[in-house]
Amino acid sequence: MNKPSLFLDRVLPVLTVIAVILVIWHVAVVYLNAPFVRDQAARAGTVVTLGEIIPQTFNQERPILPAPHQIIAELWDTTIAKPITSKRSLVYHAWVTLSATLMGFGMGTVLGILLAVGIVHNRAMDKSLMPWVIASQTIPILAIAPMIIVVLNSIGISGLLPKALISTYLSFFPIVVGMVKGLRSPDVLLLDLMHTYNASRTQTFWKLRWPAALPYLFTSLKVAIAISLVGAIVGELPTGAVAGLGARLLSGSYYGQTIQIWAALFMAAALAAVLVSIIGLAHTQVLKRMGAKP
Amino acid sequence: MNGYILAALAIWIGAWTLNEWLVRQRPASAEAKQAIGIIVPVIFGATLLAVWECLVHGFQIPPILLPAPSAIWVKLVNSAPVLWADFQQTFLKSVITGYIAGCGLGFAVALLIDRSPFLQKGLLPIGNFVSALPVVGIAPIMVMWFGFDWPSKVAVVVIMTFFPMLVNTVQGLASASHMERDLMRTYAANWGQMLIKLRLPAAWPFIFNALKINSTLALIGAIVAEFFGTPIVGMGFRISTEVGRANIDMVWAEIAVAAVAGSVFYGLVALAERWVTFWHPSVRGGRA
Repeated sequence: MNKPSLFLDRVLPVLTVIAVILVIWHVAVVYLNAPFVRDQAARAGTVVTLGEIIPQTFNQERPILPAPHQIIAELWDTTIAKPITSKRSLVYHAWVTLSATLMGFGMGTVLGILLAVGIVHNRAMDKSLMPWVIASQTIPILAIAPMIIVVLNSIGISGLLPKALISTYLSFFPIVVGMVKGLRSPDVLLLDLMHTYNASRTQTFWKLRWPAALPYLFTSLKVAIAISLVGAIVGELPTGAVAGLGARLLSGSYYGQTIQIWAALFMAAALAAVLVSIIGLAHTQVLKRMGAKP
Repeated sequence: MNGYILAALAIWIGAWTLNEWLVRQRPASAEAKQAIGIIVPVIFGATLLAVWECLVHGFQIPPILLPAPSAIWVKLVNSAPVLWADFQQTFLKSVITGYIAGCGLGFAVALLIDRSPFLQKGLLPIGNFVSALPVVGIAPIMVMWFGFDWPSKVAVVVIMTFFPMLVNTVQGLASASHMERDLMRTYAANWGQMLIKLRLPAAWPFIFNALKINSTLALIGAIVAEFFGTPIVGMGFRISTEVGRANIDMVWAEIAVAAVAGSVFYGLVALAERWVTFWHPSVRGGRA
């Protein structure tokens, strides 16, 4: 069997689907925004033809669905054209969200790993904690985000930490579950081998369990970073729209600035993509150094 | 140090010792083993509640910061009609409708693109990518398009649940091994027969995985979408307004309802999974 080329096999299908999405998007722009144009024309007492409607639907100030070029223009305007320190710069808002995300992600990772180590080494912790860790995943934890923010605010903690705490809360579950699985993944033969070497518990942990758990850890980290970004964005909603991508979403929805919402959404998507791919890169690097087959 | 804090410490140490002792037992019968597996986490949960109660009284934490569990329970019982109305609006209308529509749509699209490897290769990376995105951000747009009432929440839930379902179903349908497929081919099975007799059963574990993920996502999506605008009813609406009015006990009551609803929902999906995929090693192993 000859290997299919990367372009034909991978890139072309994705590009086709993206192209189809873009075409549907443009049609939807005309379809959704046309009533407004007709309405305006009717009020002005003029009749517009279809040829006049279409260009107008692509250049409205507050469209129901903005055209892609409007979003790109808004993104360009708020990232490159504005100084980064400006409160209207999307880079500034993205940074606010990113710092909360990373802080929460860091705390969640440390907490999750510590809990997993405890669960693997202590039977009582395993039996009493593990069911709750799993049960807590079924609870819509995001719902308590506004309360955490307001309550912490009232005892004088505000700014980065409350948002980071929500991210921590969300991101530590996948890490606990993945790490427990990973730390238990070495099979009995290997554990017995460590036993014959008279290895202590710490030695077994560092030389066998920890390396064995790393692939699991990275898989969980990918889930965790994505979800902690969601946590940070939702955490910004109830703070009265001060700064951050969530605040941009909220203020955009208050004032009907659809283009602003879409730009914030695209920025969040780009942020998620970059974060996940950084972890993916680290994943392959670590696996390579551990001698895994590519 | 006052009595309450000492009581909290005593309860904690007592319950932990009890649990340590329980997990060291090696009961002969399977039932006793199962019972211990249930009792230990229940003791842990009850201990948490008791310690919470004692600490709130012991440190005299103002109820505006953290109400005691007993106060939350009283509030929960007293405002049952309001909570029931919120539950109906958010859970029965938005979550269930959106969950069924989103999962059904994801499943249907996966079946539709099943015969086209080209579309699969195009849609899978995009589906995986979208699953990692903060999709809840779409909520304000949906509220703008579909209005304040529950249809906009349904739309958010549909979008959130669609992609995990699509990706998992496509993966599941591809999971039957070559040997089994070749066997079906020697039986001259057509596409439909192969789907129903081999590939769909092989895909169930994947599909149920998506259904479980989606049960949580759906509730989160509906509640967060309500932060962006609702009629004056709904769990997300109640949480955000009662936080504003500093009725923290009401917020906790609402969270308790959401937690129970989410857990029961998840539990039902998990039960259905055991019933449908009774042949799967993870289920058979769990029963022994």
